[in-house]
Amino acid sequence: MAMSVIWTGMVAVSVLYGLFAGNGAAVAAGAVEGAAAAVELCLTMAGVMCLWMGVMEVMKRSGLAESLSRLLRPVLGWLYPEFRRDRETMDAVSANVSANLLGLGNAATPLGIQAARRMARRTPGVASNSLCMLVVCNTASIQLIPTTVAGVRLGAGCATPFDILPAVWLASAVSVSVGVLAAKIMGLLWGREKG
Amino acid sequence: MTLFFQMVVPFTITAVALWGMVKRVDVYDALIQGAGEGLGVLVKIIPAMVALMTAVYMLRASGALEALGEVLAPLLTGLGVPPETVGLLLIRPVSGNAALGVGAELISTYGPDSNIGRTAAVMLGCTETTFYTVAVYFGAAGVKKTRYAIPAALCADVAAFLAAAWAVRWWFG
Repeated sequence: MAMSVIWTGMVAVSVLYGLFAGNGAAVAAGAVEGAAAAVELCLTMAGVMCLWMGVMEVMKRSGLAESLSRLLRPVLGWLYPEFRRDRETMDAVSANVSANLLGLGNAATPLGIQAARRMARRTPGVASNSLCMLVVCNTASIQLIPTTVAGVRLGAGCATPFDILPAVWLASAVSVSVGVLAAKIMGLLWGREKG
Repeated sequence: MTLFFQMVVPFTITAVALWGMVKRVDVYDALIQGAGEGLGVLVKIIPAMVALMTAVYMLRASGALEALGEVLAPLLTGLGVPPETVGLLLIRPVSGNAALGVGAELISTYGPDSNIGRTAAVMLGCTETTFYTVAVYFGAAGVKKTRYAIPAALCADVAAFLAAAWAVRWWFG
């Protein structure tokens, strides 16, 4: 339901404000361009996504995924208590976290999706507390080395593009902590997992 | 150092493959099977992305974000966030590419070593495209009742933007 409200709101505001500000034609063009761009984006992602799902399968079969999740279990067990004993889900979450830390956004998404699909199996159609936590953790970036931004700074003539790292780490830590805390508190307030 | 960061992807893939060989896994077969599953996931994501991107493109074209930015600018100044970054702040949760464009614009206009340029860079580095992530994850998992996921994620976003401005001031003095 939340997505319906947000989506309808976005579309309605666009049309009303677009007409008011004389951007009606641009809004009309945007509607068609957006739909086309979505498919284009998915196709661009497709190759990398399939590749990383394949790499994950290799990690799974070779036991690497399990070693990773044993390493991260203390933290992840607290974040996702319902799935602490679900090995395959925890393996996928661990791989997702590792990819995020390494700044491999393209790899983190398919790995996280795998975890999300496994979590959703227990509560079909409804986001459980763990699934909400997974989404919040992935919307709050936890990458250690923001390579894209460093590239932009380098391009703008910066001699030391990585000198912002401590600031990025601090801001990321604050953002992730607030997100996790918000999710935990809202999880208590929202009551049973019915929506 | 730069080369190392560029090599993260190929290095990770190679390391995983070598480890698989050591553990006597049929690496190629596993790769193909996993990649095949990726296609199925993709098919589930496309509808969610079409819906989201249509709304995002319309919103960007309408000019409503710029108008909202002008309203919010004085509030940001009060919180210690450079008001020039308001456009970045509004577009960041909605579109990753557009945010990178706005951020790059700020960085080149004000200089990468200016307070605004640094704040923009840190903002880009410590956030994700929230609505895209929500749409992709819940689309792939077939979730309709998203409960508190979106409000909680937006809390993290607001915290990230404020923290970015404050962290830049703390680190660069």
